[in-house]
Amino acid sequence: MAISKKTRELHEKRDKLLMGGGEKAIEKQKAMGKRTARERILALLDDDSFNEYDIFVEHLARDFDMQSKGLPGDGVVIGTGTIMKAPVAIYAQDFTVAGGSLGLAHSRKITKIMDHALKMRIPLIGINDSGGARIQEGVNSLAGYGEIFFRNTLSSGVIPQLSVILGPCAGGAVYSPALTDFVFVVNNISKMFITGPEVIRTVLGEEISMENLGGAWVHSETTGNAHFYSESEDECFEQIKQLVSYIPWNNMNKAKPFEPKEPLKTFDIDSIVPDDPTLPYDVKDVIKAVVDGSEFFEVQDLWAKNIVIGFGRIDGNTIGFVANQPNEMAGVLDVDSSDKAARFIRYCDAFSIPIVTFVDLPGYLPGVDQEHAGVIRHGAKVLYAYSEATVPKVTVILRKAYGGGYIAMGSRHLRADFVFAWPGAEIAVMGPEGAANIIFRKEIAAAEDPDKMRKEKVEEYKTKFANPYVAAARGYVDSVIDPSETRKLLIHAISVSGNKSVFLPKKKHGIPPF
Amino acid sequence: MSKKEQEYENLNIDQTIYKTNLSKKFKERIAYRKPDVSKINCFIPGTIVEILVEVGQEVEEGQDLLILEAMKMKNRIKSPASGKIRRIKVKEGQRVPKGELLIVLI
Repeated sequence: MAISKKTRELHEKRDKLLMGGGEKAIEKQKAMGKRTARERILALLDDDSFNEYDIFVEHLARDFDMQSKGLPGDGVVIGTGTIMKAPVAIYAQDFTVAGGSLGLAHSRKITKIMDHALKMRIPLIGINDSGGARIQEGVNSLAGYGEIFFRNTLSSGVIPQLSVILGPCAGGAVYSPALTDFVFVVNNISKMFITGPEVIRTVLGEEISMENLGGAWVHSETTGNAHFYSESEDECFEQIKQLVSYIPWNNMNKAKPFEPKEPLKTFDIDSIVPDDPTLPYDVKDVIKAVVDGSEFFEVQDLWAKNIVIGFGRIDGNTIGFVANQPNEMAGVLDVDSSDKAARFIRYCDAFSIPIVTFVDLPGYLPGVDQEHAGVIRHGAKVLYAYSEATVPKVTVILRKAYGGGYIAMGSRHLRADFVFAWPGAEIAVMGPEGAANIIFRKEIAAAEDPDKMRKEKVEEYKTKFANPYVAAARGYVDSVIDPSETRKLLIHAISVSGNKSVFLPKKKHGIPPF
Repeated sequence: MSKKEQEYENLNIDQTIYKTNLSKKFKERIAYRKPDVSKINCFIPGTIVEILVEVGQEVEEGQDLLILEAMKMKNRIKSPASGKIRRIKVKEGQRVPKGELLIVLI
């Protein structure tokens, strides 16, 4: 049967619009090593799963002779589809159309798909590639950004929101990714900043390249604005798929369980942690020794490396891990690592993901820079996040847990549901050297050989207090366990916590030390 | 341990020395120095619009020393203490970065 004239017209119209900014603009986009907006969506979503909406939307600029110009789709592609069968709402800014600049119609398309995602309780993925506000549309463009930020905030903690930075994302535009749960960046492609190098140079006289100011590496390693760094768009899409496999579609559902797998034999839990608490090791090996298939999906692996956060599965179920990293800065808590851990704990809590904490830290990092950077208010975020979290919380003290760090890292006192300690755990108010110097100051000063006396007293303190049994005797630790029992106990703890029910005092919301 | 012990650095927390990697941020941190009131540094990058004092001149605490234009604002840089101008390190029209030494008092 021949297709009707009108249907043919539709196809012609659609094919033209699908070309976005046209061949030349597409060529330019490719020359920058970037895919087009639609290609990106198709590469990320399941085959044949994408449906686009609002392709016929026209821009609303009426000044500066803009009304005569056609901007296909007004520079943004929106639609729904699936990632490994999980439904998602998605938008991708089309840099080939007016540099992906954000005008009123462009922003209305984005907010339409955001509203849809929230209503349907499905994850929202935003691919950012835009020169910024469309100057010709003036305050309408600003209004558009504001409407997006508002929806990002409303959706926060209800549906997962992922931001993928695949081009410039500058000025006010950066605040949408900043409000979302996870930000993905790609080397040489992503650029994020409030004010660009040119403004900085003319106003402040500081010379810096775009890459050094707000490239993928800077946001992954220095600022902590990004959560996942990759070398190519393909690698980035693999990371997104992996993340989607670990998280639930919304805050009313649990993450999809997988077939349970044993950890690999290569991670021998008995031989990872050195006895001497001053020696380093990679805590990720401990995580890999307990998670299914030794598969650990780390979040923010380049920033604040003294704390490790990420997802793994135990007996098939998604778990959020928070672990001090003795390999980096001895695993101390500081401004950045506190921020990193606290936000992740709140993420897990919002999306019903149980939290497993591995503790091995000497405390907070001393220093004028830390104090003046506000380590008090940043450190408080960790306490707040753990205390407030009502998902199952299991804490394993691997080795040292001193002072405020012990309290902060998911202790019993912040209502951990299960606290286990390995036999080498040292739960104490501070490290033996420091403690002995204070408690036995007089004896040490009065001794004929103060150094010898100090050593003796340090040993005395170690024997008496640097162990898990003092805390276990008070019930602060539920059980001192053989390291090889860890996985078995984690499986048990999680499986008996499925109906956990905690009622916090009724309130509008708390006032966390942001 | 993947690295040999001697490849790690030392970090002292509460008089205990830990073997570990040190972060770039920690290694590059600027050691704290007591503020020196005789030295007036630029608090924001900008341009020196006008210099209101001369070397050797007696100044009162709070007296305007120079005008620094930054972020489209003209900032009056005032003397933090009474004293004498020992040195003026900048010229009118000069663009100065943050932290640049502007004036030294005696």
